[in-house]
Amino acid sequence: MSNATINGRRALTLSTRARDRVQVGRLGPSRLRIALSYAVLVPVTILFVSPIIYMFIASFKPNNEVLSGFAVFSPQDLSLNNYLSIFSRFSGPDTGTFTGFLTTSLLVSSVTVVGGLAVNSIAAYALARLRWPGRNLLLLGVIALVIVPFEAIAVPLFYMLDGLRNTYLVQFLPFIASPFSIYLFYSFFAGLPKSLEEAARVDGAGAWRTFFSIMLPNAKPAFATVAILQFMSSWSSFLWPVMVIDDPTVRPLPLAISVYVGTPPYGWGNIMAFGVMMVLPMLVVFLIFQRWFIRSVVASGVKG
Amino acid sequence: MLLRPKTPVASVQQDTGAAVVMVIPAFLGLLAFVAVPFLLAIFLSTQNLHFGSGLGPTWMGLEQYRRLLLDPLFSADFYRALINNATFAVVVVPAQTGLALAIALLLNRSLRGMPIFRTFFFMPVVFPMALVSVIWKLIYAPDDVGMLNTVLKVVSFGHIQPHDFLGDPKTAMAAIIVTSIWSGVGFQMVILLAGLQSISGSLYEAAAIDKAGKWQQFWNITMPGLRNTLVFVVMVTTILSLRLFDQVYIMTRGGPLNATTTVMYQAVTAAFDRGNIGNAAAITVVFFVLVLAIALIQRWFLREEREIA
Repeated sequence: MSNATINGRRALTLSTRARDRVQVGRLGPSRLRIALSYAVLVPVTILFVSPIIYMFIASFKPNNEVLSGFAVFSPQDLSLNNYLSIFSRFSGPDTGTFTGFLTTSLLVSSVTVVGGLAVNSIAAYALARLRWPGRNLLLLGVIALVIVPFEAIAVPLFYMLDGLRNTYLVQFLPFIASPFSIYLFYSFFAGLPKSLEEAARVDGAGAWRTFFSIMLPNAKPAFATVAILQFMSSWSSFLWPVMVIDDPTVRPLPLAISVYVGTPPYGWGNIMAFGVMMVLPMLVVFLIFQRWFIRSVVASGVKG
Repeated sequence: MLLRPKTPVASVQQDTGAAVVMVIPAFLGLLAFVAVPFLLAIFLSTQNLHFGSGLGPTWMGLEQYRRLLLDPLFSADFYRALINNATFAVVVVPAQTGLALAIALLLNRSLRGMPIFRTFFFMPVVFPMALVSVIWKLIYAPDDVGMLNTVLKVVSFGHIQPHDFLGDPKTAMAAIIVTSIWSGVGFQMVILLAGLQSISGSLYEAAAIDKAGKWQQFWNITMPGLRNTLVFVVMVTTILSLRLFDQVYIMTRGGPLNATTTVMYQAVTAAFDRGNIGNAAAITVVFFVLVLAIALIQRWFLREEREIA
C-alpha cells in the first residue's frame, strides 16, 4: 500500500508511474462535471497568482500610481523607468549595486550546490556501499543531525564565525556539508541493486573508480534533486545573511530587498521592479525544469 | 592451512582507506558547522556573555533558563513569542494542509491542463520568502488605495472600511498567516498530489463496483492511503511554524506591541540588537527541544501505523 516514507528513490520514480496510471483514467467524468471543474479551477487559480501579476504590473507603473486601487491595472503610463532607477539607486559601495547583489546570490548558491554535491555524494556513497569500521556509527550521527534545524545553531555559529562577517565565505561555508543531502544521497545509493557495481569490483576497480564510473552515471536523479533543493534554500536564505552581513557589497538579493523596503523613502514601483529582477532568473529556470523541481520537493519534504 | 570457500569479492572487500577519505570532508563540515555549534549553543546558554562588552563568558548555570521561563523581564516577551508561534501553527497547519489537499484533489484528474494549474499553484514556492513578504506588505497597504482594502471595499459594496492590517495588533498575525499559507500551500500540494497518485486506481474501481459513493471513497480509500503523507506534511509544517522569522522581520519587526514576535525573532534580537548571546542561546536550545518533541511525536504516529499494517 501507499506509504509516505519519502525516501529518495521511491519518490523519484513515483510521479512517472503515477502519470501513466492517470492516463488510463477512471470512469469518464461527464461533460457537466468537467465544465464544473474548470469553472472552479480557473478563477481560483487567477486569484491565487494575482499577487504575482500585481508585482509585474506595479513594476511598470510610476511610483505614485502603484497605490491607486484597481486603477493600477489600467494600461496607462507603463514604462521601464523603475528598472532603470534600480541601477541608479544602487550605484556605489555605500548602497551596493544590483549586479553585486545578484553576483553574491549566484556565487553563494553555486558554491553551496557544487561543493555540496561533491562532498555529500561521496560521503553518502561510502556510507551506503562500502564496508569499513565505524560506518554505522557515522551513519547514526548523520541521521541524528538531520533533525537539527539551522535556526537551532544560528546563534552559536554567529558567535563562532564573527571573524568572517561580511564575506562571501561565511555565506556558504556552513551549508556545504549537509546532513539532509547526505541522507537523500544515502537512501538513493542504498536502493541501487548490488549487482550494479559487482562486476566492476570483481574486475578490480577501487572504490573511487566504482563511484565515478558506475555510481555517478546512475545517480543523476539524486544529483538533480539535491542540487535543486540546496539551490532553492541557498537562493532564498535570509536569517543567516541578516545576522552576518551588513556590508552592501556582499549583500545577497533577499537581504538587499529587505534593506531596501526598510529604508524610506522608497517607491513601490521601484521595489516591485527590484522584485521582478530578483525572481525572474529563478522563475525561468523553474519553468524550464519544473518537472525536476516538483520531483525534488516530493522527494524531500524539507524546505529552508 | 585454512581453505575458505571464495565469496564474491565485492561483499567482503574492505575499503577502509578510501571510505575514510571520502567521508572526511563532509565529516569535518558537519562537525565544525553543525555538531560543534549545537554543543556550543548548550554551553553558551549556561553563560553570562554579552557581545561587544569586552568581558569573557562567566558561568551562570541554569540562570538563563530561569530568567527566560520565570523572570517577567525576559519571560513576558518569550511567552508572547511562544503563544504567537503556537497561534500561527494552530491556524496554518490545518488551514494550509486542508487547502493543499483540496487543490490536490481538484488537480488529481485526467483532465486537460492539470499540469499547468499545478505549475501556477507551485510557483510561489520558488519565490524567496523575503520577496513574498515585500509583495504582501504592498498588498496590505493601509489606505483605501491599498490592494486588499480596495478588494474588500468592492466585495462588501463599500461596507468594509480601510484597515491597517499590519499596523493593528489584532490583524497583524492574521496577515502574516495568510501570506505564509499563500507561499507554502503549493509545496504541500505537490507532495499530497504525489501521495494521491500513488493510491492504486484499482481500489477506486473496486469501490465503484461495490457502489460506494464519492464521499465513502474519500474516507475509506483516499484518507487511509494518504495517512502517512499527511502525517509527514503536518509535522514539516509544524516545524516550519516554529521557525517563522523572515515574514515577521520584513513585514512587522515583531510588532505592533509584540503581536507578531516569534521565538526565532526573539533569538535574533537578543543576539543581535542586545548582544545577549547567553540569552539568545538559551532561546535556541528551548526552540530545539520543541522541534525534537514534534519529531518524536511524528515517529510515534508513524510507528502506530506500522503496527496496524
